[in-house]
Amino acid sequence: MFSRRDLIALAAATAAIVGPGRAARLAAQDRLSEADLLAFKPVGNVTLLHITDLHAQLLPVWFREPSTNIGVGEVRGLPPHLTGEAFLERFGIARGSAEAYAFTDQDFVELARRFGRLGGLDRIATLVKAIRAERPGRTLLLDGGDAMQGSWVTLQTKGADIVRAYRALGVDAMTAHWEFTYGTERVKEIVEELGFPFLAGNVLDTEWEEPVFESTAYFERGGVKIAVIGQAFPYTPVSNPRWMIPNWSFGIREERVAQHVEKARAEGAQLVVLLSHNGFDVDRKLASRVAGIDVILTGHTHDALPQVLQVGKTLLVGTGSHGKFLARLDLDVRDGAIKDFAFRLIPVFSDAIRPDREMAQLIEELRAPFKAELERTLGYTKDLLYRRGNFQGTWDDLICAAILEQRDAEIALSPGFRWGPSLLPNEPIRMEDLWAQTAITYPQVYRITMTGAQLKDVLEDVADNIFNPDPYYQGGGDMVRVGGLGFTIDVEQPIGRRISELTFLKTGAPIDPERRYVVAGWASVNEGTEGPPVWELVARYIEERKEIAVPRAGLVRVKSA
Amino acid sequence: MTDIKPRIKVPKTAKKGEIVEIKTLVSHVMETGQRKDAQGNTIPRRIINRFTCEYNGKPVCEMILHPAISANPYISFFLKVEESGTLTMAWYDDDGSVYKAESKIEVTG
Amino acid sequence: MNWSSAANRRTVIKGMGAGALAIGGIGWAIEPARADLAKAEKLLKELIGAKVPQEGKVRLEMPQIAENGQTVPLTVSVDSPMTPDNYCKAIHILAEGNPEAGVCTFKFTPASGRAEFSTRMRLAQTQNVWAVAEMSDGSVWMTKTEVKVTIGGCGG
Repeated sequence: MFSRRDLIALAAATAAIVGPGRAARLAAQDRLSEADLLAFKPVGNVTLLHITDLHAQLLPVWFREPSTNIGVGEVRGLPPHLTGEAFLERFGIARGSAEAYAFTDQDFVELARRFGRLGGLDRIATLVKAIRAERPGRTLLLDGGDAMQGSWVTLQTKGADIVRAYRALGVDAMTAHWEFTYGTERVKEIVEELGFPFLAGNVLDTEWEEPVFESTAYFERGGVKIAVIGQAFPYTPVSNPRWMIPNWSFGIREERVAQHVEKARAEGAQLVVLLSHNGFDVDRKLASRVAGIDVILTGHTHDALPQVLQVGKTLLVGTGSHGKFLARLDLDVRDGAIKDFAFRLIPVFSDAIRPDREMAQLIEELRAPFKAELERTLGYTKDLLYRRGNFQGTWDDLICAAILEQRDAEIALSPGFRWGPSLLPNEPIRMEDLWAQTAITYPQVYRITMTGAQLKDVLEDVADNIFNPDPYYQGGGDMVRVGGLGFTIDVEQPIGRRISELTFLKTGAPIDPERRYVVAGWASVNEGTEGPPVWELVARYIEERKEIAVPRAGLVRVKSA
Repeated sequence: MTDIKPRIKVPKTAKKGEIVEIKTLVSHVMETGQRKDAQGNTIPRRIINRFTCEYNGKPVCEMILHPAISANPYISFFLKVEESGTLTMAWYDDDGSVYKAESKIEVTG
Repeated sequence: MNWSSAANRRTVIKGMGAGALAIGGIGWAIEPARADLAKAEKLLKELIGAKVPQEGKVRLEMPQIAENGQTVPLTVSVDSPMTPDNYCKAIHILAEGNPEAGVCTFKFTPASGRAEFSTRMRLAQTQNVWAVAEMSDGSVWMTKTEVKVTIGGCGG
């Protein structure tokens, strides 16, 4: 149904969006069925299935897509840097439809109540099994990483729950990012336990500069030799604690990617797939510079795109996060090239899809030892709690307010993670929900003093990691969240000039560059950081109140072109 | 620093005319001469300042190192092997010490 | 207002929520170092005299963002046949923003077979690194690449 004849030209000469949405049809029907979600006119001899950035969400979630997702430089206004109405308009999705709910923040609470949660690995298993049955011997299931972080169960089992679930699901290969935060030894164990390839061609040892992991796995599907090249998150040792993996070095390593592609072609691969955790903008640039990649399955930046984006001859897929979507890309591969394709990003509407019984049982088994802790209710929220977006989400505001109070700090800093599901107004807040925002291996809340000048430096540095006009210099993630602090950010400026009007919210006075402020925050990448785990503080804060109305902990004014 | 011992990775064999990669590591603090100790005194510079490589006594390459080269200097480079022979390498310390390593390469086929 | 410029941040900030400076410990003195183009340009003149480097032939591979400013890998290669009458004689590495502009000089012979070497270097701050190649025919070629030394991002 979606073919390359349906090309819609985009503003950028190198990039084009391909294929119409299914919005019109879905909009007409409130009640979705499994058959609707699986509806797909197959094409060719290969079916790629892709999930990424599951963040250990084995159960269905609410997940509000961002209201702010700014693209700078050449990608300004291009997908995935579209939100809300602009997104709906670009992809022809009707407001108030099921797809509008899945793909955007529009009317989120109302539509959430209408269409229910998305995701759940048992639902994904049902879809995968159905597609495999429809396309026997032709289907390849790939995971883009960040599967083993984001829940209490996965933190406590160091990813073992996901290893079991993915083995049961029949994942064919994966790459990684947060998986590395379990440290060198555990990652080596995981690689052994998976029973399928763990691919990371861009990781070298820091001693001899030699590969640590397999870069490429070969598969035969529908008579086509497929090379899958894995690209782990290039800035893992910058964004996450390097001391946990001191002997491994990452990076984009464009030349090395090109070498892997050449080698794959030399080995007879007719289809070359990059299973990437680079982030969308990095992959878009990579696709324009490295020849010979047929498909990039993107990850890291959590962008859900209803259509394939084409850069030169390379197809880019954006599969979203948290199990909300399963990407299906059918390919007609002949003579070492893609002759035709069809694509659908299937929203995993949990109410419409029967849970796969075996997977549902396994999930229950995996959660059983932790059930009581997970279900401990702390209070309830009057307001929508969400995180995703370039700047402060309400979950972050809550975390920052808790840190300010519980650590008696003047200013709070909270990392701009892109993961963490949402909670609807009037829902209980359980420990499981809080852990879904905070469960990491370095959760200590530090308390230090910093000068105003240092604070500005931090904001400038993080802002450049997000808004550097060259994607290769972007570290991923969203802007650091703040409590007790207000600032203006002009994303178009260079480093050192983006942040202005820093305001100390307690007094309303400008932040003094010379004065020292008491700053508390969590997720420091420094070894030996001391403090209580962030979830303890936030849990206490919620329990002491029972009812949470979201306090605006930080104020950010955004300037952009 | 009497225990300074270079480590090298050199292929044992090569085809005639083959270009092979040589990798080397030497444990060395590479003290920049810019740091101060707890008493505020400048810690004197001490680095490996030069590296040389010869094959059968003929020069292959040479490197001049400044304090910006990281501790435990890593150097890798290439050699075109036309005949069997011995690769000899030397690292020159600021303090006058010279650390040496050698390895044989046999031409096959 | 007296904001320090983000480009010359040298203080080690312990326990940052956003990440941590990769600088400190062994290495350069903890004192402000400003990107000093003049220093690098002066050194370049000392190395190649009055010649004007041309763009091209040289490829300098470095990470865009350093993981650890104390040890940043670099690989330089020069497009050259490496024959006795046409080869790359030397590659100089210079840094704009380090206390000293000189990093290293690598001298080749035709026996090298390939004009390429790798090493690891210290970077005191975000800056451009230069690679300058001198060829046997007297021509000089050059490239620059920027490496960011960052406090850290927010890890996706």
